[in-house]
Amino acid sequence: MTPALKIEGLRKTYQNGFEALKGISLDVQEGDFFALLGPNGAGKSTTLGIVSSLVNKTSGQVSVFGYDLDSQKALAKMQLGVVPQEFNFNAFERVQDIVVTQAGYYGIGRKTALQRSEKYLKKLGLWEKRDVPARMLSGGMKRRLMIARALVHEPRLLILDEPTAGVDIELRRSMWSFLRELNAKGTTIILTTHYLEEAESLCRNIAIIDQGNIVENTSIKSLLQRLNTETFILDLSDDLVELPSLPGYSVRQVDTHTLEIDVEKEKGLNPVFLQLSRQGIEVRSMRNKANRLEELFVSLVEKSLVKEDVA
Amino acid sequence: MNSRLLFTAFWTIVIKEIRRFTRIWVQTLLPPAITMTLYFIIFGNLIGSRIGDMEGFGYMEYIAPGLIMMSVITNSYGNVVSSFFGTKFQRNIEELLVAPVPNWVILAGYVTGGAARGLGVGIIVTILSLFFTQLQISHLWITLSTVILTAIVFSLGGFINAVYANSFDDISIVPTFVLTPLTYLGGVFYSISLLPGFWQGVSQLNPILYMVNSFRYGILGVSDINIGFAFAMIAVFILLLGAYAMHLLNTGKGIRS
Repeated sequence: MTPALKIEGLRKTYQNGFEALKGISLDVQEGDFFALLGPNGAGKSTTLGIVSSLVNKTSGQVSVFGYDLDSQKALAKMQLGVVPQEFNFNAFERVQDIVVTQAGYYGIGRKTALQRSEKYLKKLGLWEKRDVPARMLSGGMKRRLMIARALVHEPRLLILDEPTAGVDIELRRSMWSFLRELNAKGTTIILTTHYLEEAESLCRNIAIIDQGNIVENTSIKSLLQRLNTETFILDLSDDLVELPSLPGYSVRQVDTHTLEIDVEKEKGLNPVFLQLSRQGIEVRSMRNKANRLEELFVSLVEKSLVKEDVA
Repeated sequence: MNSRLLFTAFWTIVIKEIRRFTRIWVQTLLPPAITMTLYFIIFGNLIGSRIGDMEGFGYMEYIAPGLIMMSVITNSYGNVVSSFFGTKFQRNIEELLVAPVPNWVILAGYVTGGAARGLGVGIIVTILSLFFTQLQISHLWITLSTVILTAIVFSLGGFINAVYANSFDDISIVPTFVLTPLTYLGGVFYSISLLPGFWQGVSQLNPILYMVNSFRYGILGVSDINIGFAFAMIAVFILLLGAYAMHLLNTGKGIRS
């Protein structure tokens, strides 16, 4: 099957000599919900910028659904919708005009453009604001406007660069549900995010980019399977008199009624509860110390830094 | 993209441009109307009445084509330079760059938008001039083709300026220090036959002289220069500026990193 996005040996060196991409290769399959993660300055936005034709590449090949971005530019662009990280619409234009104008750039006639703008503005809860200048919208509405604008030509591949940055939790959840629905209907989605919980919740596959190299490219499931140890925080009903004895587990006392325990995957949690119960310690609640993906992300990026130092 | 899709994209840019300058008509359409009315009152009515005839026409009648052309030149240039720079500044140029719009369509759209404002203001100034003098068009097609081609030349100039501009100061430097002096010295207010021989030669290096005179020939039937040569000059300017603007777009100068 032709991949939705195929990147081969992509390099980008900026005029100041900074090598943002060092020959990355990446395939995103049709129908995937794909996360591109990496620390700030890793090369995520440069990669997406090249795919979106906003950044000139130094070398390499990019194709979208088999259409080469150099030789079949118009066809490749037709397949692609882009939601950038920063607001990039004319703040003085009416909300609906922004969406209709974007449709026009894709050769969509005004009648269809008006129908589609209504469809997507309604779906994204912006229809009531259609006559308002874009500058009057809240931050979350502006982000949704950019999604509506990116969808108006009904692309097969949607790229979202940190779509939920600065968006409140409720709105973030509703955007997630919208994106899941879109993906379920067949749109391939690539997103970058700093919220690793977002990637874990939405995406099936993941690539981690650091210092211009892909340091990991796999499914989220197989990535998480590599996590051997998880840290749990136990909230106790009563104050602790002394640190409980839990042979085989690393235990730390956070305060008088909170314990932090490292649990290896094969050992599980049952022995912990059994032993605590025997010692008369009652657990009121429990939670993960950190997002699981976040732990892996940090370890992978740290490894990449060490490699770079050694090299 | 097939030709229908290309035309839709082109027309979308044109409509967006027209919507922009009509939305802010107080900044775009009203000021040239006021300025040109003042020119007609001061230079035409008050001072002009003491100057006497020029090339066989009353001074007001003589300067009217030049003033119309001056407004077309400054507004065509001003529209594209401010609109395209604003598009870069607000980053909504990215809306066009991600879309399958060829660079020549982007350029044609902005240039047509600029020409639309230039010609719109030209019509306003022409109507105003009729309150002060009578204008009878001697050569309709020369008049129309000159004004349209001139609007295209200066829209292209505005586009190139906008590509290079990094700040709002950069979009006012060329109009202030280049365009205005060239326009004033381009035979808007006088016939170059009044100048000494050396300065007549220098004046012929000014491209605006050809446009003003060609337009004046279209309306009044008199010109300081050969009309065929004037058209050739305008065509050369369009080709050179158009080719350079396309080169800038193709290389992504100022718009792609």
